[in-house]
Amino acid sequence: MELGPYLILGLLEGLVTAAVLSLMALGLSLVFGVMRVVNVAHGEFFMVGAVLAWWIAGAVGGHPALGFLAALLLAPPLTAGLAMLADQLVLKRIGYDPERTIVATIGLLYVIQQITLMTYGPDARPVEAPFNQRLSIPFVEWTPEGLSMYWPWGLGTTSYKLAVIAAAVILLTAIWLLMTRTRYGLLMRATQLDRETAQAFAIPVGRVYASVFGLGAGLAALGGVLIVPIQQAHYLMGHDPLLLSFIVVIIGGLGSLPGTVVAALLIGVSDGMISVFFSPTLAKIIATLAVAFVLIFRPQGLFGKRAL
Amino acid sequence: MTDLQKSWVLHLGIIALLFVLQFILPAYHHGSLARVMVLTCYAMGYNILFGYTGLLSLGHALFFAAGMYGLSLSIAHLDWNAGPALLAGLAAGFAMALVIGMLLLRTAGVAFMIVTLMFAQAGYLTVLYFGEWTRGDEGFVIQQDLRRIAGYDLSDPTNRYFAALLLMAACIIITLRVVQTGFGRVLVAIRENEERTRMLGYDIQRHKLAAILLSGTMSAAAGAAYGLLFGYAGATFASVQYSIFPLLWVLLGGAGTVLGPFIGTLFMFYLIDLSSELTTAYMLIAGLVLVALTLFAPQGLVGELRRRTMRWLP
Amino acid sequence: MTLLSTRQLSRHFGGLKAVETVDFDLPAGQVRALIGPNGAGKTTFVGMLSGRIPASNGRVFFDGRDITAEPAHRRIRAGMAYTFQITSVYGRLPVTENVALAVRWRAGGDEAQTSRRVMEALDRVGIADRADQLAGDLSYGHQRLLEIAMGLSQEPRLLILDEPTQGLADSEIADFIALIRGLAGEMTILLIEHNINVVMQTADAITVLNSGQVLAEGTPDEIRANAAVQAAYLGTG
Repeated sequence: MELGPYLILGLLEGLVTAAVLSLMALGLSLVFGVMRVVNVAHGEFFMVGAVLAWWIAGAVGGHPALGFLAALLLAPPLTAGLAMLADQLVLKRIGYDPERTIVATIGLLYVIQQITLMTYGPDARPVEAPFNQRLSIPFVEWTPEGLSMYWPWGLGTTSYKLAVIAAAVILLTAIWLLMTRTRYGLLMRATQLDRETAQAFAIPVGRVYASVFGLGAGLAALGGVLIVPIQQAHYLMGHDPLLLSFIVVIIGGLGSLPGTVVAALLIGVSDGMISVFFSPTLAKIIATLAVAFVLIFRPQGLFGKRAL
Repeated sequence: MTDLQKSWVLHLGIIALLFVLQFILPAYHHGSLARVMVLTCYAMGYNILFGYTGLLSLGHALFFAAGMYGLSLSIAHLDWNAGPALLAGLAAGFAMALVIGMLLLRTAGVAFMIVTLMFAQAGYLTVLYFGEWTRGDEGFVIQQDLRRIAGYDLSDPTNRYFAALLLMAACIIITLRVVQTGFGRVLVAIRENEERTRMLGYDIQRHKLAAILLSGTMSAAAGAAYGLLFGYAGATFASVQYSIFPLLWVLLGGAGTVLGPFIGTLFMFYLIDLSSELTTAYMLIAGLVLVALTLFAPQGLVGELRRRTMRWLP
Repeated sequence: MTLLSTRQLSRHFGGLKAVETVDFDLPAGQVRALIGPNGAGKTTFVGMLSGRIPASNGRVFFDGRDITAEPAHRRIRAGMAYTFQITSVYGRLPVTENVALAVRWRAGGDEAQTSRRVMEALDRVGIADRADQLAGDLSYGHQRLLEIAMGLSQEPRLLILDEPTQGLADSEIADFIALIRGLAGEMTILLIEHNINVVMQTADAITVLNSGQVLAEGTPDEIRANAAVQAAYLGTG
């Protein structure tokens, strides 16, 4: 296979990563933007979404599409409920102090992860995709007769992967509309701008916080449900996406939706591309160092406003 | 007795007590306590930065691992003796703290925490990336006959216990000296109110860098000693989990107290030791303790003791 | 002799000219008040003197030396002391330690000398009987006094007081006026103050800032008689 088809393959895989990543990073970014706290347990909500999807799909049975649909509808709200519970029981009581919240969410990370280990076990388990047609992708080459199309071996994707990309686009648009066109979005933005003033205008800041924390976790869980037919559910699966979300949110600028999406595309696609050519470990080293240096020398992110 | 005398009597008394315990304890706890004492040094290094200076690092495993790999790689691949290798471990930690510290001075608050997390993650991945030398997650054993300093075989349980006690005593005395002098008072002042401290004529950046260097080197000493005394180096010790542990120990024992790290490490070690007999999910305990501490006892055990009765505790 | 002076000192925040080409001279030994309506640039100006805010343009001289590029902590060591507008004591540390932090390096680490100077300063502002309490447990008025004690314990050549009487009761203000009068002659004092009564009773000279520029300068009587000042400032108060 020539270089061209490799790049297309890397791009497609990268877009799938970017799709899931942008949902998850948006959740992290919303929580930080509105509540000014960093949720280190965010990756665990992604994992809980995937594990719940496995439970639900198994419990529903029948056609795979049925189980998956049930999981898609149920897992995110359940995860959001769990997150809101954590918000009420823990974060609210420590007054959303930024540093204590990090410590508390590290604790939550271990609690959620280890309870999953105790109940779900250490195995990785798959969920069957609702549809999964293989699609070959044609490529063009220059032959003596002129330009002609051919189907290189190994260059292809599945209908499900394309659906994940489409779903992410739809969901991101929906969140954007929610933020800009609804009363709820207005409450969120008002709270984000100035907590005290929002309170003075009788905005129920406590409830906004709880719901934003739930929404953030729900988005992560959605990412988990979408990814689980491609990548199996496992109790440690939240770790890498958490790191990548941090990277995306920091590069995109905390609290900025367009920045988050652009950075997710950048990271997802370059991650896909780099892993085609280099060792994934080296790619991760470069990416983590990049985040550190962005925070040190350009804390406002590459696109957004200064946030940390 | 003045407060100063009381604190010396208390701390030297505890060191003496640990010396005596060595002859009484059964073999299993004897070994555990040696481990706890080495890890306590790690926690005390962490405490200098977090407890006294108020800088919360999420990446101290970087320094612990620098010490551990500085020692073990120079023994395994450069055929150095244990003595110089120990110094190599300390030097690696110091150099790491110097470079990272200069970069960290440009950040504050949450950015400081995330940058430390990212550097430590890059360090962990680097250990994996050079798996040919480090053997990655699997790690490698340092042979028994190479673990000798001045004729003492440090794999022998009695020697090991004394070496661990010696190191911890050194860390306790260093920390006590630091908190009693002007330098330590300024670190506390920075923790309490950085801007006010600057406007009293103190160079904040220089003090912070000194704290990072002391903290990083002490953590590296613990890492090097751990490799030397227990004869093993592995990537686990560079992982996020080992960055979280000292935070947990210090919070549990009491941040900004000299004895807090020891009490916290001792409690947590036995808590995890006991619970790992019951379940593989022993980190659940760590998670629950972290959440409970932030909710109910942000001062930690020794911190609460100081708040309630013994205000003179350093 | 001039202890502190500025030439063409300016600070711009984006398009806003907070302080614009200020020439300012403060002779040694004087008690100078800096007044002006809200937003006149007093805090920015003092921030540039103490090094908390970098200047956009112009120079600051202290004791004949150009200190424009020096960081705040070096200016303090050169003999400036600064008290914060918003009370900024170490609430969780004892009152004595608050002051000790201010004097310890001057005493060369000598703890006996340090504690002697701490008690002198506390005595001077009248809170020596509170020495063993935590600073956070003091009343608001006492915290302001502690803040001043931290300043004068440094035995500075220039003491900058940023709105020291803000939030004090009338009786406390009377004590404060007496304290400043007692300090006059020992050190040069730059007083940023809203309360015109305090200014008239303590200052040897007054500088009026308005819209980032010096509107007037003179003795209290001259300032009182100045029509421009009355229009810009006194007339409203």
